Amino acid sequence: MCLAVPGRVLDIEERDGTRMATVDFGGVVKEVCLEYLPDLQVGEYAIVHVGFALQRLDEESARQTLELFAELGLLQEEFGDPWETAAAEAAGSEPVEEVRNQ
Amino acid sequence: MKYIDEFQDPELARRLLDDIHATVTRPWALMEVCGGQTHSIIRHGIDQLLPDQVELIHGPGCPVCVTPLEVIDKALEIASRPQVIFCSFGDMLRVPGTGRDLFQVRGEGGDVRVVYSPLDALRIAQQNPDREVVFFGIGFETTAPPNAMTVHQARKLGIANFSMLVSHVRVPPAIEAIMSSPNCRVQGFLAAGHVCSVMGVGEYPELAERFRVPIVVTGFEPLDILEGVRRAVRQLERGEHTVDNAYARAVRPEGNPAARAMLEDVFEVTDRAWRGIGVIPDSGWRLSSKYRDHDAEYRFSVDGIRTEEPAECRSGEVLQGLLKPHECEAFGTLCTPRTPLGATMVSSEGACAAYYLYRRLDMPATKTREATPVV
Repeated sequence: MCLAVPGRVLDIEERDGTRMATVDFGGVVKEVCLEYLPDLQVGEYAIVHVGFALQRLDEESARQTLELFAELGLLQEEFGDPWETAAAEAAGSEPVEEVRNQ
Repeated sequence: MKYIDEFQDPELARRLLDDIHATVTRPWALMEVCGGQTHSIIRHGIDQLLPDQVELIHGPGCPVCVTPLEVIDKALEIASRPQVIFCSFGDMLRVPGTGRDLFQVRGEGGDVRVVYSPLDALRIAQQNPDREVVFFGIGFETTAPPNAMTVHQARKLGIANFSMLVSHVRVPPAIEAIMSSPNCRVQGFLAAGHVCSVMGVGEYPELAERFRVPIVVTGFEPLDILEGVRRAVRQLERGEHTVDNAYARAVRPEGNPAARAMLEDVFEVTDRAWRGIGVIPDSGWRLSSKYRDHDAEYRFSVDGIRTEEPAECRSGEVLQGLLKPHECEAFGTLCTPRTPLGATMVSSEGACAAYYLYRRLDMPATKTREATPVV
């Protein structure tokens, strides 16, 4: 939950009076609210936390961070299935890298 | 510098480390406030690459860890009710309340759902007008603005069956509490980068001046942390104590003004209990009276819950930097990620879980040079 991940804006639309975007996080695509960065444009990067764009980021910084997160398995941790992780832990598996990266 | 090849840019990491080694002449204790930073430090063995004189103390920067037991128990109570759909971030599922957790409540038939964003919970409320949808709103200043916007939207759109159980916490009062403790050893802070992305750096100069402590805004990638340490050590060696931004690519001095304005509208500052630490004045947010209709504490009667912290758990001392995880007698024996006594072990961002995960089990109480990081 604490992770804030850089993503690239693919598409922007208004929904229920709210500015929303489709954002690509290194292959994982999510809907993101742009109300806190209303002037963000398609093609730009931002730091996104729990579905909200919070600060603009330059492309190079975003790309480097995404590559690092992917390498460390942090993207899977952020966007993977938390029920599977919780079930594995409840069943007795320690949350070692193999489990966390499933 | 045995493990430096693991860094994204080993050459830059080496230069930063060389500079830190060349600068240090005396022992210094720095606290990283963000749980993500703690995780990164342990994962990459950064604490072991630093000179012996530089000690990193882990701070209370994991929102999952510091959520008080009483609030977890309130969440479990609300989530057990048949008319309720209880929505949470995934990392709260296995946080122990008194006797059980949200994962078990779901196993007992409770409708507990994991969402990626608080707006997902709002959508669930729209889709289920005959049910009560409650979102578990925890987190620091990074998470509070998304949650604030969601409550604002619920009111704007007239979604009456949506409410939030709010337990937000603020970093600056925690820094103040740590520095005010008579046992405090902290001489410099690595401030949490993404908290500052929202709040800016305006709250820190007064703290830096009053406690004569450098505060360096720091990201959480390995090179960010090395740069934060480098700048903090340089200040300490020169006898300086200013606020410095080492994470400028994501932090502007003013933060995010739109997010801060929404925080002021939806929340009001309140005293907040931190798990294992106790009440810190003005250290949290609750929904302001204007949004009381969407406050789950008012909507559901959950007062009178009696809580009981495990006597063996010393997470409070860990969260304040007074104890390293492996110095706790229960660490790795009574307390593991499978059977956590406290949230510092169950949360993946908790200091105890980070130590356990990266095999710091065998470390003696003093700093060890030769312990091998797993990654």
